[in-house]
Amino acid sequence: MIELRHVSKSFHKRDSVVEAVRDINLMVAPREIVAVIGPSGCGKSTLLNMIAGLYAPTRGAVVYKGARVSDVNTDVGYMTQKDNLLPWRSVRDNVAFPLELAGVPKPERAERASRVIAHVGLQGFEERFPSELSGGMRKRACLARMLLYGAETALLDEPFAALDAQLKLAMHDLMLRLARENKQTVVLVTHDLMEAVTLADRVLVCTRRPATVALEQRIDLARPRDVLNIRFSAAFKELYDALWERLRVEYHEEPV
Amino acid sequence: MTGPDARRDHPAAAVDDAPADHKAARKAAGSGGMLACQILLGLAILLIWQGASGRLVDNFFISNPIDVFRRLAGWIVDGSIFAHLWATVYATGMGFIIGSVLGAALGVWLGVARNAARLVNPYLNALNALPKVALAPLFVLWFGLGIESKVALAAVLVLFLVFLNTFAGVREVDQDLIDAARLMRATRAQVIAKVILPSALSWVFAGLKISVPYALIGAVLGEMIAANRGLGYLVQFSGSQFDAAGVFAVLFVIALLAVGLNFLVEIVQHRMERWRIVSR
Repeated sequence: MIELRHVSKSFHKRDSVVEAVRDINLMVAPREIVAVIGPSGCGKSTLLNMIAGLYAPTRGAVVYKGARVSDVNTDVGYMTQKDNLLPWRSVRDNVAFPLELAGVPKPERAERASRVIAHVGLQGFEERFPSELSGGMRKRACLARMLLYGAETALLDEPFAALDAQLKLAMHDLMLRLARENKQTVVLVTHDLMEAVTLADRVLVCTRRPATVALEQRIDLARPRDVLNIRFSAAFKELYDALWERLRVEYHEEPV
Repeated sequence: MTGPDARRDHPAAAVDDAPADHKAARKAAGSGGMLACQILLGLAILLIWQGASGRLVDNFFISNPIDVFRRLAGWIVDGSIFAHLWATVYATGMGFIIGSVLGAALGVWLGVARNAARLVNPYLNALNALPKVALAPLFVLWFGLGIESKVALAAVLVLFLVFLNTFAGVREVDQDLIDAARLMRATRAQVIAKVILPSALSWVFAGLKISVPYALIGAVLGEMIAANRGLGYLVQFSGSQFDAAGVFAVLFVIALLAVGLNFLVEIVQHRMERWRIVSR
């Protein structure tokens, strides 16, 4: 489905060159959920930008369904770290925006938007504008927009970072359920190991910048998963500990 | 087009103006004492003027308030002032409408078409640096002595201001929002209509607001250069007749017109207030 072949990306900042990603190889199968984890600022977001076709890799190739990604990849839904809500639109109109672009008639898109807004716990805020919402609520609106869009691949950049613990669990559950229903492939960037192991089929541990894959770990936990209780199982703990051992090295080496 | 500073100047200035204007208006209206003082100040100036005229300064140069009032009253009674007033209002209004539509369209187009913008950039800079008033003889040549040449002059002044603001507004649009829309399969037309235009709208409005007085300037100047109607013509005509009272009377009418236009802009802006908050 998604294939990264020896992908590297450097940015030029005036005279200096910053290498964000170095020689990453990755294959994501259809309907697979892959979590990418690593220290913040290591180039994980760059990875998603390249899959979305917003950045071209400096070296190597990004291949999506057999075709090289050379322009904006419209088969993916991308939830960026920054909330990209249109400030002059209400929550409802923002969430329904992709449907509006696709030409879905107004009553239908309002109805579908309301349903997904309720899913993310924003009912009652449909007519509010983004500037009137908290950061976490804006995130949820973005999530709702992406869920409603139902793209075949979802790229999520720390989607649950600004949420409180209870809401985070509910969102995890919602994401897994909708990914299954919509037969979605998901690439999830996070710095929360618990979240990564709970959600993913496979976890990639990235090194500090430039990001390379330090460890790839299959998560063979049965699906559907109970996002609340899975963390207490012995299998979960084993996987978590193994990943943490490797991840710790990345944090440990960081100058304090 | 004239460097980032010049581009930013206009909307920023217009936006900063707005709250100050409101505050001043509210203060003046809120305290009756201040209003009374303002009226007293006006009366005092008129009295000093009346007293100085013929004593300190020759009446020929500065006339006096009573003569000015008589002249004005005469024009109003015989109705001759209204034809001139209407000519100026019409030229200002038409010039404003034509200039803002063309300016906004050009701004959006060049804001979106980066290569075209780079291509014409030096020429636009040169045109913008040119005092547009100097185009007046050309417009007389093209559009004749009638009202069309005044409309054209007003329109050109408005066009550049609205264009610069719109262009800057389109360039300021958050690229992340455009990327997000493109990922959601927005066509180019949809990106322009649903992301770029709404996002640039506050800039366009700022441009419209500051260009209103310029439309009036264009119309009046056009009338001063060559016309047989309009307030600008009347100033010119009175001056050439050595009629200081007439000049002052027309200036008073032009000032009233300008204040009226500003008031109109204030009302429109007030209605936009909700939208402004939203767009932030």
